[in-house]
Amino acid sequence: MGLKSNLHNLKEKYKGTKMAPAFNAIHTFLYLPNETTHNGTHIKAADDLKRTMNIVIMAMIPCLIFGMFNAGYQHYSAIDALAGVAREVSLFGNFLTWDNFVIGAWKVLPLVIVSYGVGLLVEFIFAVIKGHEVEEGYLVTGMLVPLIVPIDIPLWMLSVAVIFGVVIGKEVFGGTGMNILNPALTIRAFLFFAYPTWMSGDKVWVHGADPRVQDLAAGATPDALSGETILGSLAQNNTGMLDSAGDVWNAFFGFIPGSVGETSTLLIILGGLFLVFSKVGSWRIMLSSVLGAIVMGLIFNGIADSGFISETSKFYGLMSTDFWMHLLIGGFAFGTVYMATDPVTASQTNKGKIVYGFLIGILSIMIRVFNPAYPEGVMLAILLMNVFAPTIDHYVVQGNVKRRMKRLKVKTA
Amino acid sequence: MGLLSKKDAKLITDPLADNNPITIQVLGICSALAITAELKASLVMGIAVLFVLSVGNVVISLMRNIIPSKIRIIVQLIVVAALVIIVDQVLKAFAFELSKTLSVFIGLIITNCIIMGRFEAFALANKPWQSFLDGIGNALGYAVILIIVGFFRELLGSGTLFGIPVLGDPIEMTGVYALGYENNGFMLMPPMALIIVGLIIWVQRSRNKDLIED
Repeated sequence: MGLKSNLHNLKEKYKGTKMAPAFNAIHTFLYLPNETTHNGTHIKAADDLKRTMNIVIMAMIPCLIFGMFNAGYQHYSAIDALAGVAREVSLFGNFLTWDNFVIGAWKVLPLVIVSYGVGLLVEFIFAVIKGHEVEEGYLVTGMLVPLIVPIDIPLWMLSVAVIFGVVIGKEVFGGTGMNILNPALTIRAFLFFAYPTWMSGDKVWVHGADPRVQDLAAGATPDALSGETILGSLAQNNTGMLDSAGDVWNAFFGFIPGSVGETSTLLIILGGLFLVFSKVGSWRIMLSSVLGAIVMGLIFNGIADSGFISETSKFYGLMSTDFWMHLLIGGFAFGTVYMATDPVTASQTNKGKIVYGFLIGILSIMIRVFNPAYPEGVMLAILLMNVFAPTIDHYVVQGNVKRRMKRLKVKTA
Repeated sequence: MGLLSKKDAKLITDPLADNNPITIQVLGICSALAITAELKASLVMGIAVLFVLSVGNVVISLMRNIIPSKIRIIVQLIVVAALVIIVDQVLKAFAFELSKTLSVFIGLIITNCIIMGRFEAFALANKPWQSFLDGIGNALGYAVILIIVGFFRELLGSGTLFGIPVLGDPIEMTGVYALGYENNGFMLMPPMALIIVGLIIWVQRSRNKDLIED
């Protein structure tokens, strides 16, 4: 007895009515349904859509928790910097502390709740209107969204963006599995173009840095409490943030300002390995995307070293950045592991996946360098390649057909 | 509708909804995306097309029996170009600021598919009065969509309507801005106009299932 049988009774009660999909979804999400088939042999596999989605969510949990600690750490470290105290990060000394976690949870949990609440509401409404079952596609999107937005984004903006992303990015195409664009990236792109002041610059990445939410009466100047992302400052030709080896390690471990969950390259690599070994994420896409970024980074390094462009050029900052550094900063790692591998919007063929990933890598770095106004190139690169994925697949399939036709002719001739 | 016969009235009402040039025939999209960031520009564009299409339809209809069919496209182009130049000069003389906002898009009315489409499909085969009504109807159908799109884009993108602030002042932080509301910059970009047109098409087709193609 208890919740499970209550849900089952509710489901039976509403069977055949408009609200049925809603109860069905809650029931099957929480429990294995009671119904069994009565005839024929049925193969039962555990990795249905819900379980697949859950694996991706599990891979993201470390990033989420790290993001909470980091939000608090960046907040207090900015306050220290204001008082003239430079901070040296120490994992147990001043990073994994209760204070940091409280600030982080206070700011990040509302993002998670709003993302899931609004997104699932839209999904349920569409399921009830269209009369089909609620689809699980939003489970992963809902977790991705809070990880790729700046910490201080107003919740109403997030809600508007989530409604836009789920309706325009997914439901108009026919729901989960039919969408052309990655819904989470659609949501981020919408925020980026609709409210650019909240998505870029040096005021949004650290909690409390925005003058509008800052307590000016406390005597702090509005500009003082700020934190720029490394990518953002490189885009402005300011290379001072990567002077010492410690800075590079910080970028690798993720003790830097940035969107909530994308700073820690280490945890993203671990999550990526988890996805690869559970066979949920495609290693071809991840690997080729990293290769693409390295190739493009090396080309740009070469151009910068040859003296072809002057040091005052606006492209110089990011062009002269070491190619491996591009993999650590910004959202490249996060996008490659969690978003480029989205099975719905990526290429489906194995060869196609390699081409698709490689082009994502190349385009990400290219957009970063050539358009300093859009330093987060990986977002636009993945969205662009999402559109081209079916074309890539088409040519891979046609190439295969042609090769086999040739073999057939050789045999029959 | 005592003034018009039932058949004539349909010439005006049909393009307003079930045969709308933008949402059903999907013509004239380019200008609908480019100039609808402001309601005023949308309105003026609608009026300009109304003038060009109604007068042009009448002219073509009057000449329909003397135009050799081999060169009819050139004749149509000359008629529409002459009318567009009139509109352009009038705007430059009496509303210079607005004509700068609309820039090349007034000139590009010449290539607006709605106009050539109506000349070809209607005016060449019908009497002047019917052609006039058809021109009015199609231009109104075009203008209605432009005004709907312009209304949402200007309201949500700039917080104004016809240039008058209706949501408060974003700098002084009055009205809804005091609550933390901000203008949506995406609304001012052409892609959002395409999405709004798409939403209108969605609403229209789910209300009238006959319009859904396979």
